[in-house]
Amino acid sequence: MNEIQVTSGLLLAAALFMLGLIGVLIRRNIIFMLVCVEIMLNSAGLAFIVAGSKWTQPDGQVMFIFILTMAAAEVSVGLALILQIHHQLKTLDGDAANSMRG
Amino acid sequence: MKLWLIPALPLIGSFILIVAGSRLSKRMVAIVGSGSVGLSALITLFTGYKFISTSATSFHYQAWQWMDVAGFSPAVSFHLDALSLVFIFVITFVGFLIHVYSTEFMADDDGYARFFAYLNLFVCSMLTLVLADNFALLYLGWEGVGLCSYLLIGFWYTEEKNGYAARKAFIVTRVGDTALAIGLFMLFQNFHTLNIQQIAAQAPQQWAVGSETAMVISLLLLGGAVGKSAQLPLQTWLPDAMAGPSPVSALIHAATMVTAGVYLIARTHAIFELAPDALMIVGIIGAATLVLAGFTALTQFDLKRVLAYSTISQIGYMFLALGVSAWSAAIFHFMIHAFFKALLFLAAGAVIMALHHEHDMYKMGGLKKKLPIIYWTFLIGASSLAALPLVTGGFYSKDQILWLSLAGEHGNIWFFLFALLGAFITSIYTFRMLFLTFFGNEKTHVGHIPGNGITIPLLILAGLSTIGGFIELPHSFGHFTVFSNFLNPVLPSVSVQEGFESIEWMIQLIAAGVALSGVYVAYIFYIVKPGLSEELKTSAADLHKFWFNGWGFDSLYDKLFVKPFVFISDINKKDIVDLFYDGLVWISNFFNRIFSYTQSGILRWYIMGIVIGGILLLTLGLIKN
Amino acid sequence: MQLTFYIAGAVAIISTIMVITRFNVIHALLYLVVSFMALAVVFFILGAPFAAALEIIIYAGAIVVLIIFVIMMLNLKEEAVDQEKKWLTPDVYVGPAILTIILLSELIYIISLGGASGVVGQVVDVKDVGKSLYGPYILGVELSGMLLMAGIVGAYHLGRKKKKVVHRFLEKIEE
Repeated sequence: MNEIQVTSGLLLAAALFMLGLIGVLIRRNIIFMLVCVEIMLNSAGLAFIVAGSKWTQPDGQVMFIFILTMAAAEVSVGLALILQIHHQLKTLDGDAANSMRG
Repeated sequence: MKLWLIPALPLIGSFILIVAGSRLSKRMVAIVGSGSVGLSALITLFTGYKFISTSATSFHYQAWQWMDVAGFSPAVSFHLDALSLVFIFVITFVGFLIHVYSTEFMADDDGYARFFAYLNLFVCSMLTLVLADNFALLYLGWEGVGLCSYLLIGFWYTEEKNGYAARKAFIVTRVGDTALAIGLFMLFQNFHTLNIQQIAAQAPQQWAVGSETAMVISLLLLGGAVGKSAQLPLQTWLPDAMAGPSPVSALIHAATMVTAGVYLIARTHAIFELAPDALMIVGIIGAATLVLAGFTALTQFDLKRVLAYSTISQIGYMFLALGVSAWSAAIFHFMIHAFFKALLFLAAGAVIMALHHEHDMYKMGGLKKKLPIIYWTFLIGASSLAALPLVTGGFYSKDQILWLSLAGEHGNIWFFLFALLGAFITSIYTFRMLFLTFFGNEKTHVGHIPGNGITIPLLILAGLSTIGGFIELPHSFGHFTVFSNFLNPVLPSVSVQEGFESIEWMIQLIAAGVALSGVYVAYIFYIVKPGLSEELKTSAADLHKFWFNGWGFDSLYDKLFVKPFVFISDINKKDIVDLFYDGLVWISNFFNRIFSYTQSGILRWYIMGIVIGGILLLTLGLIKN
Repeated sequence: MQLTFYIAGAVAIISTIMVITRFNVIHALLYLVVSFMALAVVFFILGAPFAAALEIIIYAGAIVVLIIFVIMMLNLKEEAVDQEKKWLTPDVYVGPAILTIILLSELIYIISLGGASGVVGQVVDVKDVGKSLYGPYILGVELSGMLLMAGIVGAYHLGRKKKKVVHRFLEKIEE
């Protein structure tokens, strides 16, 4: 009873991913959207870890590190953008930044 | 061998005038315009001398390969033989005289340089047409002269009816040109070449006499010739083409372009000889046209329209000659006709200019004393047209046609009778025109006395149309056949039916009598009893109207083709086919509007789109497994 | 081990749900830290101790701190919370929720088909990861370095409070 199935790890990743997705879809505050994107990235990392662990290979963790790097870069740029939006539009409403609509 | 220079010089002149015409002085324009044609006339003379002195049968010059695609390899190359030599001689010399005439005639026109540019371009195209050694180049010249004809008929484009006349000429001749093009396609299909000499050599081997293909091709070529030469049933454009300036009518619509059809048939006589029925049709068209146009000319009051119908009628004679295989007779008549008809048109132009653009003959009169040189030259031209015996060139050329239409191997009595009737009418309307214009009382004041630029070309042409006839004399006097001997290598001579030689002098006597009696009839009607013609006109008003309108061909075509076409295009104003494309536009617009809603600029909706797409993909994947 | 995994997983899911439903950003971020920590436990159980450490240091540490730092810079007031309440209404979240649940159920179905059966838990230690990183994945590492560099430059460029030059994508349409 000490064994953990691959499926349960993947299910956890799927659940977290969907929660992040819901967050992105329903929140209008761009900080929340950014946070939810982080959750989604994190769950993707979890899936990699699970896969790497299944094959007892380091590749899963390597991928996780890449995702981490990407997330860090993305967060820094994203936060700078949020600062600019707040500076320009005086709001954090993501829907307000729609001047590029077709 | 400077053969290429003959068409190239007018082309260069045309280019200079097109590019720099507006910057040159009128004097320079005149020098460039007539000089280029004059030079090419000199070269023609030189080439002709060389041609005769070396007694060559043909000169050949290839400028360059035009294209070479899958066995279709027309070259820009010129072929000079006796037939084309006659044509380029007439084109360059008459063309040069008309250019000289135009320098004075058009002196006060704003489009002076434009006029000479077109005229030079025309001469170049016409020379290309007759010098071409293959049908592709011939067709280029053929369309080139059509274009120039269009441009020059509509030269005074500010008046709407001139533009209409130009379009009419272009469209009606296009009908014939299409037939010609199809004929050329068929020729290429049969011989895999468009070289005229090769086709002429191969045709008798490939087809038997009376072959169906030869017949079809002959008729298609005839279609092209009929359109260009204004014969039945495509003759309606030529009278309207008189909207152009008089020199244009003289050069294009009398002397050269309209005889391109005669040239084409003479050039392809090898094919026509294989289709006797087609040849018969050529003769019938000629005979019918010459009589029809003659009657119409009788009733016209516009001086230039009389000449236009008489041109149609005289080309009818040429077609008749072609139809009875009297090739050299047709070409002989072409040459003489070019001289005297150019002369008549130029003289008529001078008269019209002198009377402040008055075209109505009934408003002219008494010009004999005012414009003596014009009168005498016009008289010479008219006598030639009416074929007054012995002293005129027209007598010798027309007499030959009359004689061969009866006695030639393909001749028959009906052709002869029609030709005789035509000759009678011709002399009536010719002298009606002369009497109305130059005799009687002066009705319009003479404004402009023509100067040297106009009179000298007239005198030269008058001389040519008189002495031109003496290079070919009939059997009965002298039997002097320089011209047909000269043409013999290209155009075979026609043999005369048995038993007719003895009566040749009789035919000549009849022809002379007919011409003279025509003059007498005109004299009675218009000099002795001027009221008689009015009485006749009112007593047969319907017939007069019918003839005046050119036997109703215009209104027939109007009802048959123009009206239905206008009707259909009226219905189809919005173009049914366009509905499809409009529909496409509408659908694209519709979807554009729908999809543009999705571009809301709101990020969450885009992500929603991704989610829906993901669901769809996963669902599809699941369903498939 | 298995129990620990389930507990940590449950904590991660619950705290993530709390993250996406909070009105106050700071509260949400605190739940986010909890979620990250629970995930770190999961990583550890799955035999990736290095990943677990990185999860805590970078995600729960650096990234969350960065976000909090930005929030402090924005100086949000009480009205922001009211605004969030106004934004998060049922007609906003029902549709996305349904779609996402459909997607989740499909994913669960696919995963439970058993294409990826097997047991996890074998430890893959730092040494292997390091060897792999600087072996076959050296190109990826270098690219990541460039990405970080681009991130720094981009963040600096965008974050500048320069009055005159505004980034053209974010220019306001007023006036």
